[in-house]
Amino acid sequence: MATFFGEVVAAPSRAGVDDEEEAAAEREETPEDREIRRELEKKREVHILWSSKLSASTGSFTDEQFPCSKFILAIGHNAVAFLTSFVLNSGCWEAVGSVKLWNEWCRTSNTTSVLPTDAFCLFYKLISDPTVLLCQCNCYVAEDQQFQWLEKVFGCMREEDLQVTILSTCPVTDYKTPESTLTLPSPFLKALKTKEFKEIVCCPLLEQPNIVQGLPAAVLSYCQVWQIPAVLYQCYTDVIKLDTVTIEAFKPVLSSKNLKSLVKDMSKSTEILKKLVTTNEIHNNIYT
Amino acid sequence: MFVPCGSSAAPDFEGFTLLLPAVSVGNVGQLAVDLVIFTLGMPKVGYFYTDCLVPMVGNNPYATAEENSTELSINAEVYSLPSKKLVVLQIRSPFVKNKYRSFCQTLLSWVKSSRCAKVILLSSSHAYQRDDQQLHGTPLRYLLSPAIQKTAGDLMQRLNWKEMEKVAAYPGVNDADMVLRIPGGGITTLLFNESCSNGIQMAVLVKFCSEGDNIPDALALVNYLNEWLQLIKSEQNSDVPATPSQWKIPHSWRLLFGSGLPPALY
Repeated sequence: MATFFGEVVAAPSRAGVDDEEEAAAEREETPEDREIRRELEKKREVHILWSSKLSASTGSFTDEQFPCSKFILAIGHNAVAFLTSFVLNSGCWEAVGSVKLWNEWCRTSNTTSVLPTDAFCLFYKLISDPTVLLCQCNCYVAEDQQFQWLEKVFGCMREEDLQVTILSTCPVTDYKTPESTLTLPSPFLKALKTKEFKEIVCCPLLEQPNIVQGLPAAVLSYCQVWQIPAVLYQCYTDVIKLDTVTIEAFKPVLSSKNLKSLVKDMSKSTEILKKLVTTNEIHNNIYT
Repeated sequence: MFVPCGSSAAPDFEGFTLLLPAVSVGNVGQLAVDLVIFTLGMPKVGYFYTDCLVPMVGNNPYATAEENSTELSINAEVYSLPSKKLVVLQIRSPFVKNKYRSFCQTLLSWVKSSRCAKVILLSSSHAYQRDDQQLHGTPLRYLLSPAIQKTAGDLMQRLNWKEMEKVAAYPGVNDADMVLRIPGGGITTLLFNESCSNGIQMAVLVKFCSEGDNIPDALALVNYLNEWLQLIKSEQNSDVPATPSQWKIPHSWRLLFGSGLPPALY
């Protein structure tokens, strides 16, 4: 098709299968192709590494499942910073695992002392109640890795009245509204919940025609299909980087049934938050 | 895999017609399926849980009132209307890279295990790839697998439908080898060829179109389908095909081209 300026541009196909891809698939796959494909799949595999602390506290876990009653998942740096400042600050949590993955956008680090600019995906358990699991996912999980991530994480849990809470952010320009997105009072929170989730939701539900994609959508889909009560709190923001206003937009979630009991001391939170954002600015500066 | 909603037993689809879209140019098949589900008020009976489609969730796209607007929907769901022996699979997102073949296999094995009588695939193809002959006349085409030729072949003649033309495999070089090509049709050709090889009764309905506002294309395709299945009848005269206004547009079709514009632009 020709654009306004007269150049010929191939329109992206909504068909989902490019003609080149289809032509490539029609050719017989040589042993070398198969080997390359296998190597690439192996490189993109998602691995979850659980520490021995998990088995020590629950007494039994090696490759077996561990009981889980609450799973709190933060996806993206703002949601992760929120949980770090308001929930993990109480000092009652212990790091018990991490996800090792690689894709074109990131490679996760294995250490537990991480900077906001690092790519990581770490699991923490509550010392006083080891069935409460928290995950800080500060890395990009590619489309072809999301299902694997999901099956491996949930595959390790033995659900005991499991309730799942997911926190995530996305650009306000993705939000569909009859008015312009420029007039919206961002950041703002919207929620989506599965059929089994019966608790009160801390903000308005996300109305059609809006949808959610990516890892939050993968987790929520899993919970809807397998009838697990789950809620996603999505913060629409106009700031891409780590930002205190966006992080604080998640505050209403602290009054939810699943998080209320986990928040101990809010007085230190603002300080921790300021430190996180400042550290991020320093490390993001190209001159350091 | 098919996972039924709730804790009730899996529904029985034996003898049903399975209707599904191909993710194709203009998303015409998917839009047409939306019209069928919403107009007939088909209830959701299950999910097609797969790692082959990009994940996506949203609230009920077919909500009619406050009460049913908060039911979560995922990327592939199954709806059923036993009174019309119709089961519909709606697909709402594109394939994960290199997973489309795997999806075809999973889908066809579900078709076989659920013992559906026939499968109707709604699809579309790039209008700009039409040859000189195809530029004239109707932009709608059909295809029948050998297994369904016996039962539906005569009806296609009576309806005066046009079969999808084959094209030369090597145009200009050798015009003897003719193959089926549906550019922009996504997995249509693959699914059709696999159905032919496996004795599955499959019909494909295709509309030539371009990317843009594809609502008129969806209405044309769903009316084409209705000529065969008679899902809705025209109010005045049952011989006259249903007018576009009798298909109900779901609220999820709002804002198809994005949010409102900033007033400061003007």
